[in-house]
Amino acid sequence: MAKKKAKNKAHRKRKEKVRAKKVTQSAPKEEAKRELKIGAIDEGTVIDHIPTDATFKVAEILDLENQKGIVSIATNLQSKSIGKKGIVKVGGKSLTQDEVNKIAIVAPDATVNIIKNYYVKEKIKVKTPEIIDNVVKCSNPVCITNNEQVATKFYVAKKDPLKIKCHYCERSMGKDDIKII
Amino acid sequence: MDFKNRDIISINDFSKEELLHILKVVKQVETKPKSNLLKGKILAALFFEPSTRTRLSFISAMEQLNGEVIGFSNANTTSIQKGESLWDTIKMTEQYADVIVIRHPLEGSARLAAEAALIPVINGGDGSNQHPTQTILDLYTIQKTKNRLESLHIGFVGDLKYGRTVHSLVIALANFNPTFYFIAPDDLQMPESYLDELFQKKIKYFKTSDLSRFSKELDVLYVTRIQKERFPDPLEYEKFKGIYRIDNDFLKNVKKELKIMHPLPRIDEIDKSVDSTEHAAYFGQAANGIPVRKALLALVLGKIR
Repeated sequence: MAKKKAKNKAHRKRKEKVRAKKVTQSAPKEEAKRELKIGAIDEGTVIDHIPTDATFKVAEILDLENQKGIVSIATNLQSKSIGKKGIVKVGGKSLTQDEVNKIAIVAPDATVNIIKNYYVKEKIKVKTPEIIDNVVKCSNPVCITNNEQVATKFYVAKKDPLKIKCHYCERSMGKDDIKII
Repeated sequence: MDFKNRDIISINDFSKEELLHILKVVKQVETKPKSNLLKGKILAALFFEPSTRTRLSFISAMEQLNGEVIGFSNANTTSIQKGESLWDTIKMTEQYADVIVIRHPLEGSARLAAEAALIPVINGGDGSNQHPTQTILDLYTIQKTKNRLESLHIGFVGDLKYGRTVHSLVIALANFNPTFYFIAPDDLQMPESYLDELFQKKIKYFKTSDLSRFSKELDVLYVTRIQKERFPDPLEYEKFKGIYRIDNDFLKNVKKELKIMHPLPRIDEIDKSVDSTEHAAYFGQAANGIPVRKALLALVLGKIR
């Protein structure tokens, strides 16, 4: 019985290996090269389709500097849908809904993939939060938040296109005015 | 309705019912003054930039109710000069007073002050953002002179782009089914964000640069000064200076009951000859600053409910 179980386990492992190989092989050449550049992870999170200039902001939101697992960050990758994109891979980390929401502000089209054993176990839909705490800089130079040490706070007035209102100076900002702290 | 310990920061924080309640209390304070209402209470008047009417009317309101006032009218004489933050200034002030009124050039400063303080904070103007006590006295003046707030035809003329009194009053009046007439050159018209808000609230409004076009429709005309300090280029200011003038000629084509308001100071937008007519409501408007500020102080200090 124990022998049979061990055999089954070995068989499953072999199968997974083959499946993983197949995925890599079936991917286009460019895709394979990209995989190689930033490496696959067995467990953790992959954030894809980040606008390239927001890649490091995503890294900051996730506090990757203090991560213990493997972290891969790539920017300026070609993307058919958004031109140039960034990818962030974080080994051994699952994101909180709050972190996903924050990512939605800087990368509204991002896909967040939870990876288990090299496979996408779950996709999390990014969702713009109702309140944005200390992520965005107010575009109004005479806002108190740009002149005194105070955490910014914005209310999302409209989701598409994104329009936010400063809790302090009450100015509205469109997507193009949004700058991350 | 209990306003005890409530901050008065932005007109956006108040519902229609709350505004009507405040106006009821203003009337009560004006008609039945109680001189000892704020005895033993201290107001800290923190004026980080110059102000005549707002500062003096708050001081007068407090003293008429036998309260006391501390504070400053020039930030250069305070620890701000030494680099003290607004947060710390407020934390220190709340130890010495029961209520704070703050005027500060930076937008959002009053909101931050309210978050720092455990005692109530009243916004006396934060840059070009909000000046809620002015808005409440404007509402009170309209209610007092027209005997109602509902379904009025209200014109705004002058600098509608930068004028914070106009912006706040428009938002407050939007609760009362008005029709608005925005009279200004294109460069000084109402900002799109406010027009969007009115559109969403299904408020009827017209835009024009011609002062006489809707003159016969108006119940109230709110006149504002073209603010020289808002123009980086003096030549631009010259272009708009004196563009609208309310005089006796204009008054020939208006409703007999039209009331003209102005937050003051005026330059030459309203001719002096208008002062003696039944239309002039602006000096009464300025006088309403006292009962409005008395009522707000008494409300946030829990002396009137």
